[in-house]
Amino acid sequence: MSSNFGATVSLPPSSAPALRAWRPRWRLPLQWLWAWPFPLAVLLLWHLSSALGWAPEQVLPPPAQVFRTFADMVASGEIWSNLTISLVRVFTGFGIGLLGGLVLGSVMGLSPTARDYLYPLFKAFAQVPVIGWLPLLMLLVGIDEALKFLLIAKATLVPVTLNTCQGIQGVPNRFIEVARVYGFTRWQMLTRVVFPAATAPIWNGVRYGLTHAWLALVVVELLASSEGIGFLIVYGRQLFQLDVVLASVLAVGIVGFAIDKLLSLTEAWLLRWRRPGL
Amino acid sequence: MSRTYFLSSVPPALRGWVLPALILLFWWWAVASGWSTSPLLVSPAAVWDRALQQITSGDLWTALSASLWRNARGFLLGSSAGLAVGVLLGWSRWAERLVGPSFHTLKQISLFAWIPMLSMWFGLGDGAKVAFIAMAAFFPMVLNTYEGLRSVPREYIEVGRVYGFGLWQQLTRVIAPSAAPSVFTGLQLALIYSWLATLGSEYLMASGAGIGNTLIDGREHFQMDLVLFGVAVIGLVGYALNAFTAALERRLLAWRDRTVARY
Repeated sequence: MSSNFGATVSLPPSSAPALRAWRPRWRLPLQWLWAWPFPLAVLLLWHLSSALGWAPEQVLPPPAQVFRTFADMVASGEIWSNLTISLVRVFTGFGIGLLGGLVLGSVMGLSPTARDYLYPLFKAFAQVPVIGWLPLLMLLVGIDEALKFLLIAKATLVPVTLNTCQGIQGVPNRFIEVARVYGFTRWQMLTRVVFPAATAPIWNGVRYGLTHAWLALVVVELLASSEGIGFLIVYGRQLFQLDVVLASVLAVGIVGFAIDKLLSLTEAWLLRWRRPGL
Repeated sequence: MSRTYFLSSVPPALRGWVLPALILLFWWWAVASGWSTSPLLVSPAAVWDRALQQITSGDLWTALSASLWRNARGFLLGSSAGLAVGVLLGWSRWAERLVGPSFHTLKQISLFAWIPMLSMWFGLGDGAKVAFIAMAAFFPMVLNTYEGLRSVPREYIEVGRVYGFGLWQQLTRVIAPSAAPSVFTGLQLALIYSWLATLGSEYLMASGAGIGNTLIDGREHFQMDLVLFGVAVIGLVGYALNAFTAALERRLLAWRDRTVARY
């Protein structure tokens, strides 16, 4: 085993640049095939463990049953109705957080005075994670929709604000100088120079924001909800129906995957102007 | 114009305190003037008294030490497993092809969704909590270790080969130092995530002591002062963890400032 490592380390074979993003490369169909043996082996092991009675069904339901339950829940609309509720919550909270984060981040990025006043309080607010604010907000606003919106908004607000602020501060001075030379107005300066130059870091914040929003949603629904995809998980757990739990976890994973794909597609579209440059 | 003048007349070092002071003042006034009679509106003094009571009675210490001990075990377990898997994925192209896509897919599942399963498998005791905290630390550690190893510039390894470095020397002199910053980022994220996971596991598997349990208890008994105190403690612990890793990074990766290759 160690000799195998040695061979790989001391000389990376022919192709592949040293710096690569972690992303499955869909282009090569052969590469794609290699992804399958491992999950299939796990699935087989899982199947065997329930078929041969290594693990009782209450603890680990067989994979076939989980998929059947998933299909049933899709067919009966149970997954859809709960997922719709969850997605409305995520995107409402995300929208509020995004708007607030963009405004707050821009204000702090553009005005050093505003930053002096706001940043320490913001930092203290950000220091306590969503999950820390949860009991406090449950006391203040109850466990209705407002709680979900506020917590998801908080989860979005923090990364968006930070990245927007840093992105705007990171715009190179020479860009501003050129714009001054051209006699740009304040508005032109913002729309033509500052925001386009800060798009990449701001987008990064949006990306983190949506990922955190989805994470926050699951937490809130696990703890305080009577509907939604997170509630399905808790509900299944309470009834000791682990097939329902696993089917819901599967749904959570699929949505997470879809959000990730959506984000990278949007990113490609948003930053398309950067491609031909370098 | 005069308002702007007022804002900029405050010395910059004090500006950060203006808003918190105003909020505190408003809070104090809201209680003192009877502006709101909600039982949830406790006075700042009540929170302070609660804090003193928690500290002197030892309740805080019991909860906090239970949480931190749990956090430390989960973090160590998860980050060392994550380091091992990350190194494997970064080194062996075969491992990456076989396990990488599965890992990438698994990572999409929101972490907290695992808690009900884990509680089923490991019971409601400390085992399930530590397992969950370990999972939270595992994922960022794998990702960043992998990226650290993969982004070691090929030229460095070639130079190492020119000097006739053996595997051990390549590893300790070239690969480890080059991947260290990224691995460290992974460690830092793992620490933050494991702290979040500690709180989450204490909320959702509310048995035993812990700072998360303190908060949940406070909420159930409508003790706003206890909840506010708990929130402050959580914030302070998070702050301390961040400060600790930042100091550690400065110390361990100090050589970065001394090299020419600082962009």
